[in-house]
Amino acid sequence: MSTATSLAEGRPRALPAILGKAIRLLATIAVTIFGLLVVTFLIGRVVPVDPVLAVVGDRASQSTYDKAFVELGLDRPLYVQFGLYVEKAVTGDFGESLLTKKPIIEDIARAFPATLELATVAILIGTLFGIPVGVWAAVRQGKLVDQVVRIIGLMGYSAPIFWLGLLGLLLFYAKWGIVAGPGRIDISYEYAFTPTTGLFLIDTAMQGQWAAFRNVVSHIALPAALLGYFSMAYIARMTRSFMLNELAQEYVVTARVKGVAEWRIIWVHALRNAAVPLVTVITLSYASLLEGSVLTETVFAWPGLGQYLTNSLQNADMNAVLGGTLLIGIIFVGLNLLSDFLYTVLDPRVRRRS
Amino acid sequence: MSTPVPRQSLGEWLISEQPASRNQARLGQIWRTWVLFSGNRLGMIGLGIVVLLVLVAIFANVIAPYDPLLGGDLRTERLLPPSWDHLMGTDDLARDIFSRVVHGARLTLLVVALVAIIATPIGLLVGTVSGYFGGWVDTLLMRITDIFLAFPRLILALAFVAALGPGIENAIIAIAITSWPPYARLARAETLTIRNAEHIDAIRLQGASAPRIIWGHVVPLCLSSVIIRVTLDMAGIILTAAGLGFLGLGAQPPQPEWGAMIAGGRRFIIDYWWVATMPGIAIFAVSLGFNLLGDGLRDVLDPKAEK
Amino acid sequence: MNPLLSVENLRIAFPSRQGPVEVVRGVSFSLGRERLGIVGESGSGKSQTGRAILGLTPVTGTATADRLEFDGIDLRNASPRQWRKLRGARMSMVMQDPKFSLNPVMTIGKQLMEAVKLHGGKSEARDKSLAMLEAVQIRDPERVMAAFPHELSGGMGQRAMIAMMLVTEPDLLIADEPTSALDVTVQIEVLRILDRLVTERGMGLIFISHDLRLVSTFCDRVLVMYAGRVVEELDARRMDEASHPYTRGLLNCLPTITGDTRPLPVLARDDAWLE
Repeated sequence: MSTATSLAEGRPRALPAILGKAIRLLATIAVTIFGLLVVTFLIGRVVPVDPVLAVVGDRASQSTYDKAFVELGLDRPLYVQFGLYVEKAVTGDFGESLLTKKPIIEDIARAFPATLELATVAILIGTLFGIPVGVWAAVRQGKLVDQVVRIIGLMGYSAPIFWLGLLGLLLFYAKWGIVAGPGRIDISYEYAFTPTTGLFLIDTAMQGQWAAFRNVVSHIALPAALLGYFSMAYIARMTRSFMLNELAQEYVVTARVKGVAEWRIIWVHALRNAAVPLVTVITLSYASLLEGSVLTETVFAWPGLGQYLTNSLQNADMNAVLGGTLLIGIIFVGLNLLSDFLYTVLDPRVRRRS
Repeated sequence: MSTPVPRQSLGEWLISEQPASRNQARLGQIWRTWVLFSGNRLGMIGLGIVVLLVLVAIFANVIAPYDPLLGGDLRTERLLPPSWDHLMGTDDLARDIFSRVVHGARLTLLVVALVAIIATPIGLLVGTVSGYFGGWVDTLLMRITDIFLAFPRLILALAFVAALGPGIENAIIAIAITSWPPYARLARAETLTIRNAEHIDAIRLQGASAPRIIWGHVVPLCLSSVIIRVTLDMAGIILTAAGLGFLGLGAQPPQPEWGAMIAGGRRFIIDYWWVATMPGIAIFAVSLGFNLLGDGLRDVLDPKAEK
Repeated sequence: MNPLLSVENLRIAFPSRQGPVEVVRGVSFSLGRERLGIVGESGSGKSQTGRAILGLTPVTGTATADRLEFDGIDLRNASPRQWRKLRGARMSMVMQDPKFSLNPVMTIGKQLMEAVKLHGGKSEARDKSLAMLEAVQIRDPERVMAAFPHELSGGMGQRAMIAMMLVTEPDLLIADEPTSALDVTVQIEVLRILDRLVTERGMGLIFISHDLRLVSTFCDRVLVMYAGRVVEELDARRMDEASHPYTRGLLNCLPTITGDTRPLPVLARDDAWLE
């Protein structure tokens, strides 16, 4: 009857509930990653490129070819091959790249920070602009602002990113010279600092190389603004719809009755509630920036994962393609996990289910 | 149509409160939706763009002033800026870009239509079967769906195209393979709400088999929401196809595919901006059209589902 | 003595496809430091009347009145600033269901203290809140302060809500169906708390409900509303003297333990009452 008892009851039961949830979550991740492995394995088998030729080169003798064929385990049944594939994948061995002649995992480790840096700056832009814009549109629902935001958002959904990237380079780099051109950094700055984290913005700033830092900023500005625009379009739209939903709730009336100022009702009461589903939206759009990066990186010659994937694709370097695909898939799963976790942190109803 | 009351105007017949036949009710419903939709200005603009795309695709031969594949004189007609002779200029092989863009509408429409035709039934089938049977069938199918959803779409499509080899057919297959999972999710959710409805029970008691119930009674009820979802996705499909084309994995030259045309114009972008810009405008306009149309449709048919 | 609140010819209209529809059509009454009940069925305009007094008519609607005065302040043209000073500090409202009317992601304590802090009282916000929770007979106020709304039962939540609305010691409280979402067993308890606090602090109360019997035991005066109008005003102790057929109908609907009223009469409606 009284809260004291109901709260007391809630605590001890909470632990097994969280444990059960964690176990279910882990099972889901395991199954999904297993699925990712199956899909990439199967794609690798149906590919018309001969994996043996890829290793020994096309001028190898028949005996070398046969030896490699056996070494690669291609004479064994499919499920054994799959087992080998999983075994290698778990230890991070995706084979060697044809292009760079290095282990794929090393290539990816080098390319990933570039993508991460770009996607992170972009998601920051998207969030910092998207949320206020979405809130503004919701508050002025149906007014001019709302319409403009809607149209800008729809345009963001509709423009091919590689095309906008080209136009951006044409105008801001070639014509007006406001930003630096393709690439992450000018060659003259490349050895001005040691890439400890691989995130050039952080590396240059920590080592006090401000000229290099400015150069990095100038390079990242355009692609990040572009990707940021796309995630802003999505985040603003979602924020608007969540806010409309929250502003119609009774607790908003309660806050008004208490005499809370309108800005506080919007930015504290309603937004704090809208933040719960928004976290999912932001993590998902962070994940989709990795996908968008394939095209953007190609346009901006950005030495990240996307460009690595495309290069490998165009050179039929299947090991690299599959390794990269698998890795991006795993990052996707990881980000989904993160969004689940943040959801739990932000929503007290999930956090302490009684 | 043998309506016994001929004096009634068509409008009255359509909005009649007492429809005399199932067809009249259905047509009336469509009419009311249309009236609501036609009040949505942005939606109508979208519809206009889509209709224009279809018309351009049908009459491409009539509209295009030049051959899309054969260029003019390579010495005098290469990379000409837009003019009255060449509305969008010419490319590096002296081909008229406007004609190529017009013919590209066919390819775009082909991609959208085929992806929709392949992906919608797969999604519907997986979703309805999963939702109708439940249990381990549901778990298995939804796990598979989740695995597909776990990949970023473009990257999975890339991997598929890499495996199948570049080309527009393979691009279509790859996009279709990566677009069905959301439809399956949606169809499953709809099926779950329908599954235990009393009219389904009634049919079951009459001895109808599961395939018959799913095909004859569950699928039709899921169809409309899935179709709205497909319409909303069409812009995404166009952009994915263009992206594959841009990376050289979709339609192969000399086919006038918009994404591939942008890739072709990329080398000259600084001096001859129109080569890459014009096809991009086409992609932008068409996917904006589909987005506006989908947005308007959702407003009318499903005002609460702001996803 | 000047009344605390006076309302004259209050009208509230909402747009619809067939033009504006008036949901409140010329309601007038005045209120001292007493307990006034407003009774009516759903859609009679009683809740909209209550919200209009607080200036909380939904943006789509328009409220007009010949006179809407609270303690000498004209509410019709009050600025947002004036409203913020009035709301919470001098008049407040308890709503129907604590499940919806409390902010789900803020602790009770935070919401309570927000009310105190808004109207000057930053330093003693916590003590005041705790004292107020005790006043609504919550035995473990520290725990409740730290709890989120979903962790409280309906009755607890509504007590917290009452505490939040009374912690600033307003002059007027509007209670809009404050117990209809609660279990019957808890209803009486919550009502008793509300009654005691209102009496002790000498506030004006507008009690909005669909339950005529409840209102008549709990209030001094009762307004009966039907289709946006006040059809009858009654002294709560003399309910038997009700003359309007609608009020009589409402009274007759209630079964009594002694009388044999089977079948229960159906509530009669007459288009003539609309005028």
